[in-house]
Amino acid sequence: MKSRRHIISVLMENEAGALSRVAGLFSARGYNIESLTVAPTEDATLSRMTIVTTGSEEVVEQIVKQLNKLIDVVKVLDLSDGHHIERELMLVKVRAGGKDREEMKRMADIFRGRIIDVTDKTYTIELTGTGSKLDAFLEAIDAAVILETVRTGASGIGRGERVLKL
Amino acid sequence: MELTGAEIVVRCLAEEGVEYVFGYPGGAVLNIYDEIFKQDKFKHVLVRHEQGAVHAADGYARATGRVGVALVTSGPGVTNAVTGIATAYMDSIPMVVITGQVPTAAIGLDAFQEVDTVGITRPCVKHNFLVKDVRDLAVTIKKAFHIAATGRPGPVVVDIPKDVTMHTAEFAYPAGVEMRSYNPVLKGHAGQIKKALQMVLGARRPLLYTGGGVVLGNAAEALRELARLLNFPVTSTLMGLGGYPATDRQFLGMLGMHGTYEANLSMQHCDVLVAIGARFDDRVIGNPAHFAREQRKIIHIDVDPSSISKRVKVDVPIVGDVKAVLEEMLRQIKAGRERPDQEALTAWWTQIELWRAKDCLRYNRQSPIIKPQYVVEKLWEVTGGEAYVTSDVGQHQMWAAQYYRFNEPRRWINSGGLGTMGVGLPYAMGVQLAHPAAQVACITGEGSIQMNIQELSTCKEFNLPLKIILLNNRYLGMVRQWQEFFYKERYAESYMGSLPDFVKLAEAYGHVGMTIEKPEDVERALREAFAMKDRLVFMNFITDQEENVFPMVPGGKGITEMILAEEL
Repeated sequence: MKSRRHIISVLMENEAGALSRVAGLFSARGYNIESLTVAPTEDATLSRMTIVTTGSEEVVEQIVKQLNKLIDVVKVLDLSDGHHIERELMLVKVRAGGKDREEMKRMADIFRGRIIDVTDKTYTIELTGTGSKLDAFLEAIDAAVILETVRTGASGIGRGERVLKL
Repeated sequence: MELTGAEIVVRCLAEEGVEYVFGYPGGAVLNIYDEIFKQDKFKHVLVRHEQGAVHAADGYARATGRVGVALVTSGPGVTNAVTGIATAYMDSIPMVVITGQVPTAAIGLDAFQEVDTVGITRPCVKHNFLVKDVRDLAVTIKKAFHIAATGRPGPVVVDIPKDVTMHTAEFAYPAGVEMRSYNPVLKGHAGQIKKALQMVLGARRPLLYTGGGVVLGNAAEALRELARLLNFPVTSTLMGLGGYPATDRQFLGMLGMHGTYEANLSMQHCDVLVAIGARFDDRVIGNPAHFAREQRKIIHIDVDPSSISKRVKVDVPIVGDVKAVLEEMLRQIKAGRERPDQEALTAWWTQIELWRAKDCLRYNRQSPIIKPQYVVEKLWEVTGGEAYVTSDVGQHQMWAAQYYRFNEPRRWINSGGLGTMGVGLPYAMGVQLAHPAAQVACITGEGSIQMNIQELSTCKEFNLPLKIILLNNRYLGMVRQWQEFFYKERYAESYMGSLPDFVKLAEAYGHVGMTIEKPEDVERALREAFAMKDRLVFMNFITDQEENVFPMVPGGKGITEMILAEEL
């Protein structure tokens, strides 16, 4: 059975403990979580979660069913079943002094990143894109200059008329 | 009018028509107990350990189909209840467990008798709630009962901090609940039912494989009608026993690890398998790869979509209430002319009868030592096959399942999924309270019975005339059996060297005790015990120490790779 990456959107009641029900489900049943992001939607009673996981079709079918079975979960959509867009935000703090400083700015520009904090020795760069684009940026710069990175994990949305809503 | 949270709890339970609350008081629930003291709408059953309370509520629910209710205090009250909650969860039993919690201001501060109840119970409940505002209390309890009883049933925990039981709010019990996030599908998909019927009517070697869902979904009548209309063989899981009459010719017995030869072979060699409220559990199909070696079409009817294609890929899934789906299938079959190929069916029955002729449940009836199977058979005779039988977990449980032929649903009460030793006695308490005039027997072992023996005291307080059938082989029998077969007879810790005198123990609790040592005394003793209609009788049957449960499918083997009694 071939394992594939899936990106799953979950619309759930914005209630205390809802996140732990999802996290607990994944750990109890041994499902893999690559990333998980959650925040309230425009309707404050609902939260939307994006989970990136890998698994065979059978396992992912079970994941979707088990998510639907949680009482707080309103709707579940496997975005990877159709056209979708995903974005992740990364903040990278790099050492940027001397001759590296200009090079770092150029790399950030190439990747359409923005420098959002500057000191005489460091830049903090904000980058948005797919996970692989963020990976590519980290590979493109010298690993030795990276001071720290923080990533949000992927958020996803269906293309066009594909809408996850009540 | 404004009521306190404690008053609201009691009013909600009364509104739900609760008959019995099984519980144990403590600091966090004192306000609720004070209100229980003042009311007469329902009775409270004081147990001797919280585990007993939850099992008793569970037993009550299994025997009636109604929601069982338990009430425990915070901290250790909750942790003691967890085994009971997990047991009910694994078998999909509708239950509401109300737990006390430390005051909201103390939550998270490691207060006295504080545990994270919602966190601890989360993986073993259908849902749980922490009520932080008294204004949410009534609607939360209403939701709890609704969630527990609908869809695939299960236990729901409502955790109530002590201050919430003191605060006041306007009380109005909601007539119903609407939850946008919870709407179980009950009506089967018409197209899927049509597809399933084509397969069923085209079957040459069909089998109805039924499970606990038939009992829980009150679908026994529909199942009987369908099986008889089609003349299909029926097998059942441990949890489904009684869903189809065990004495009926079309019944092949239980299948699985200790299933009958004919049931397991039919399961393996059928061409159309209709799974009804069953979930292809590891104890049922054994090794899934071995099961998949034979080609068959599978139709799976279940109210829980996540039960479908979990362990075995099915061809026609039907999500819906088992009873509603079976009734719709019946309606359509009756409306049409098409029937399965009778010649093929006759050939299939001929094959099944050959398998059945193996008589795999045979045992030595001439033995001078009491055979446990014999006790169960005699129990069936003495009770006219109509008793409610609870069991604990182990060999005695399998013998009860194999030899007490259940003809009605909800008569067989045991822990199938979690396999919890110690359930038998508290289950029997819940059953007897639900059906005061019924004969209730608890078939148990000397290991299991000691896990909740303290409830003999509760039985005395409530005058519960249970009949405890202890099949005493001085071994943890199922462990011993595995050690004999798979561990070269190294009986590690499966023998209890010092057992209590069960007769004296029963008498100490105010009951009648008997020890029965000879096969010829078994029937007389049972008749004597059941004649004592108002007494609990603890019957200590000294049985063959080395009797094993057959047939047996060793772990990891295919279901046709059975060890039969005659092969040893």
